[in-house]
Amino acid sequence: MGGTSTKLPKDLLSEYQELTFLTKQEILLAHKIFSELQDRENGPYSTRVSMEKILTLPELKSNPFQKRICHVFSTSDMKDGSLSFEDFLDLLSAFSDSATLEIKSHYAFRIFDFDDDGTLDARDLEKLVNSLTGETDDTRLTAEEMRQLISNILEESDIDKDGTVNLSEFQHVISRSPDFVSSFKIVL
Amino acid sequence: MPRHKLIASESDVSIEVDEGKDNEFSLYYVEVEENSKGGKEKQATRDGKRRRARNGEVSRRRASEKRTTNMANKRAEKKHEKHHKTTRKEGERHRKRQRRRIADEEEAEEESSKEKKNIKNERTKTLKLEDEKEKDVKKKRKKHVKNQEDDANPGKTKQKDCQDVPLKEKKKKRKKPETTSESESQSESQSESNSDSEAKDNQAVGVLGSLTPEELEKLKEAVDERKKLITTIKGKPWPMKKKLVILRESQEFVEKYEGALGKGKGRKLYAYKVLMMKKWMKFERDLENFKTACIPWEMKIKEIESHFGSSVASYFIFLRWMYGINMILFGLTFGLVMVPEALMGKPYGSMPRKTVPREEEASAMNFAVLWDFGGYAKYSVLFYGYYNNQRAIGWLKFRMPLSYFLVGVGTVAYSYMVVIRTMARNANEEGGGDDTSFNFSWKTFTSWDYLIGNPETADNKFASITTSFKEAIVEEQESRKDDNIHLTRFLRVLANFLVLCCLAGSGYLIYFVVRRSQKFALEGLENYGWWERNEVNMVMSLLGMFCPMLFDVISTLENYHPRIALQWQLGRIFALFLGNLYTFIIALMDAIQLKRAEEEIVKKNMTIWQANLYNGTVPDNSTAPPITVHPADVPRGPCWETMVGQVLGKSSSEFVRLIISDTMTTYITLLIGDFIRAVLVRFLNNCWCWDLEYGFPSYSEFDVSGNVLGLIFNQGMIWMGAFYAPCLPALNLLRLHVSMYLQCWAVMCCNVPQERVFKASGSNNFYMAMLLVILFLSTLPAIYTIVSFPPSFDCGPFSGKNRMFDVIQETLETDFPAWFGKVFSYASNPGLVLPFLLLLVLAIYYLQSTSKTYKRVNMELKKKLQTQNEENKKKNKLAALKAANELEQARKAGEQRSNSASDLGVNEESSSLDEAGHHRQAGQNGRLIHPSQSQHAQSSEPPVSSTHTTTRPPASRSHTASGHLPGTDGHALWLHCQKNGSQRGAGKCHGLLCPV
Repeated sequence: MGGTSTKLPKDLLSEYQELTFLTKQEILLAHKIFSELQDRENGPYSTRVSMEKILTLPELKSNPFQKRICHVFSTSDMKDGSLSFEDFLDLLSAFSDSATLEIKSHYAFRIFDFDDDGTLDARDLEKLVNSLTGETDDTRLTAEEMRQLISNILEESDIDKDGTVNLSEFQHVISRSPDFVSSFKIVL
Repeated sequence: MPRHKLIASESDVSIEVDEGKDNEFSLYYVEVEENSKGGKEKQATRDGKRRRARNGEVSRRRASEKRTTNMANKRAEKKHEKHHKTTRKEGERHRKRQRRRIADEEEAEEESSKEKKNIKNERTKTLKLEDEKEKDVKKKRKKHVKNQEDDANPGKTKQKDCQDVPLKEKKKKRKKPETTSESESQSESQSESNSDSEAKDNQAVGVLGSLTPEELEKLKEAVDERKKLITTIKGKPWPMKKKLVILRESQEFVEKYEGALGKGKGRKLYAYKVLMMKKWMKFERDLENFKTACIPWEMKIKEIESHFGSSVASYFIFLRWMYGINMILFGLTFGLVMVPEALMGKPYGSMPRKTVPREEEASAMNFAVLWDFGGYAKYSVLFYGYYNNQRAIGWLKFRMPLSYFLVGVGTVAYSYMVVIRTMARNANEEGGGDDTSFNFSWKTFTSWDYLIGNPETADNKFASITTSFKEAIVEEQESRKDDNIHLTRFLRVLANFLVLCCLAGSGYLIYFVVRRSQKFALEGLENYGWWERNEVNMVMSLLGMFCPMLFDVISTLENYHPRIALQWQLGRIFALFLGNLYTFIIALMDAIQLKRAEEEIVKKNMTIWQANLYNGTVPDNSTAPPITVHPADVPRGPCWETMVGQVLGKSSSEFVRLIISDTMTTYITLLIGDFIRAVLVRFLNNCWCWDLEYGFPSYSEFDVSGNVLGLIFNQGMIWMGAFYAPCLPALNLLRLHVSMYLQCWAVMCCNVPQERVFKASGSNNFYMAMLLVILFLSTLPAIYTIVSFPPSFDCGPFSGKNRMFDVIQETLETDFPAWFGKVFSYASNPGLVLPFLLLLVLAIYYLQSTSKTYKRVNMELKKKLQTQNEENKKKNKLAALKAANELEQARKAGEQRSNSASDLGVNEESSSLDEAGHHRQAGQNGRLIHPSQSQHAQSSEPPVSSTHTTTRPPASRSHTASGHLPGTDGHALWLHCQKNGSQRGAGKCHGLLCPV
């Protein structure tokens, strides 16, 4: 979007409202935060904010999936996880209060799909569990526990028994979860 | 040239299909341009249809194949599009030629079977028929076009617009596919462009007002589709850029076409309607924005949510919800009771009940007295006793007693309604109930709370997730082997016994203390010290402080799962509070009885006093008794209603005091316990021998469940006392307001998030259920006192009546016409009321049983759907596997065949490795070279259904082939059934069917 422009054009704003689950205030707030990040960026005319800058946001700072989130929502050709304002809005929209379960689960799946191959296989799951248990040794699961855990997960959610969890299986599992929608949220 | 491409890349099948097909097209077109010149427009639509159908066919077949890369596809599409545009019109001419050619081939191929010939002949026949029909249609169209040209220019411009849009549409549709398979989208775009071209024609006609209904329908559908797209676009997982483009184009399309949809006069109206709709949408959106802006403390709560996760935020959301309810209760009591009385009622000091008695006057303004709601506070609109029993007050003739009564009833009714409705809504949201079949998956996929923005919280969360994983694994292991069930059972029984003892003990203690304080009150509080005066509050607070800890210790005996343990804990604390509350209420009832006995005495004394008064003053003039006594000097009854409002003693209002002392203890513990602790820990940490931050004292957690319970009980008190003290909702509002800010601040500055994960969404209805129980329990005594005790004789709006609800009857008699009262009295006849109650019970029973059945049916359907889903998936998987196997075998067979047999015709016996592969080969060869064999193969096709769906048996293949362009069709099919098809086979295919 328009570089340093501190104000969003009105028609664009209304279009963003149509296209996201955000309210006007939220979009404006997002724009403010984004322009702040941009100002700190080198040069006022770059429309993207690098991943490192995005990750300084307190909302993402302690999220174990921060990098994945940036990569999933980034439309950058360089695959560097940098976000344009529109990508940023996409992110906030998917994580907003009123986003549908469908879109949330879709993005959750892509976030968890570490190797971007369209399915969650055992390696993805291992990475996922490791992200969830944190990096320190005392919280990490032992190899045996990990094996058992992954086999249990696959047993539950791998309906077609092909050794991986695909998107529809994932959504099936997620849609029954009582608190996915309430926890898959990021607010500015 | 299609051939060599095919040969070149066998790995990426679908792309090559596209390209090959396109090239073939172009070949045809070039030829056509050279050869033929007439009948250009004739078959445009048919060609389109054809192509659409064929593409659908191809794409369906291709859908099972590998997804292709975007780049290649785009290239293919571009080509396709170009051809499509430039040669659409000529396209069908070559068709004719082709048909002729096919016929020639048929003639030439003497050995081809009769069946095949027949089929082809039939096909040509039907095509001819179609041609004729289309000619008719075209004629009509031409007429329309002529008309239009004659008529006016606007139509033309419109047409132009329309031509532009479809192109855009095409582009748009091109961009869309990312989730759907490329081939599908291609066919879609084809059909799209096709329908657009049709729509274009339609549009031109439509302007003239002579649209055929079918075409109109199509256009409408297209517009509706766009509209739907616009509304659902935010739910699509596409990047914003694409969404923007699509949105703009769709909006443009809708804008352009929508207006044209209406006819003649209706059009203007329609356009107006559309405009208004747009305005309305905008208004709605603005309203939504406004509404979210109006929600109080939204940002505060979100901030907390992002620091501490959703469980802590759930408390604040609950608090806000309570605040909303109290706001409405306050509005009712304040607007309909307190303000009218203050404005229109008799002023202070005009009568005994509105005046501070003489003996209290001296201390009436003391702060300590006011603090206890004695003195002037007691004799004000804040309490029941101040209200006069005058039927109508002020120039408005406001029916004060009636209003008072109805507001009391309305408060309770409203509270019930809100709580139950919220519970129902929550239950709806929770839906299908607990499903533990995805325990592990949920733990992995949904356990992270994305709101957590605080590193410390994140660390806690990591730890809690790890423990939950470990627990789940251990549980899973333990569920397989049997634990010592007897020991745990014994321990659980023991724990419950201990808890019961605790509860009984605390209940007795409260009862004892209340009794004692009654005695103190009778003897006069002035003789006792601070402890005696505040004994009840202190005991209750202490109990509330220590018993939960005790329960916590006891619950370690039970060895429950943490979440269940937490629920037990909550339940026990709830029971403790409940016990306290109920002993308190019983004591209160005793006090009421005492007061009423006292009141009787006062009444007798009153008559004596009056007699004395008359005796002393009257003798002078016998007629008019001079009531010159100052109202403060008039003796009065104890007014138990105000006392209930103030519970025990004349000078204290117990409810308010309870609330306030409760609040004070909360804040003091908060200040001392949390803030000072935090400060100490933070600053002493540098010069201490162990790490204070993580060691023993640490920081305190925010106790969500305890706070929620406190809130709920506080609300119970309010409900109980609201009837006798109209000020209570206002007071509660104040309290909630203060605690909102104070606790927000406290949480943010001196709490750490709890380690124990308490899922917010699951517990919401648990809170609500407790609130409902409390609501019931607290309204019960209030209703009981209203119904069964006569009101005090000299205070309150109902004084002088036998019962409080008599005010209704009085209103009926005096303010309503006579017949109404009669009807009411008939209706309230027990003979009518009892059957009505019975009916209600029956209705409830019926509704409940039906809802139960629905639930069961729902569950069953869900289960069915689930199993069906799983079965389908399994089946598909199986079928795909089988098909893959067959393909593999077919390929093997093909290789073998190409190696061994030089004659293609005799392969039926030679390559008999596998049934299916064999048939495939036979069928294929048969169709292409030896039709008789194909028939043979068809008849010997094994009845395997799965092969039918995933791979096409020869029979259906020959049929579908008959309706399509033979060259490409054969091509695609061939590719489909033999992915790595041998060079020779391809050569054969094209050698036979291509025009070269």
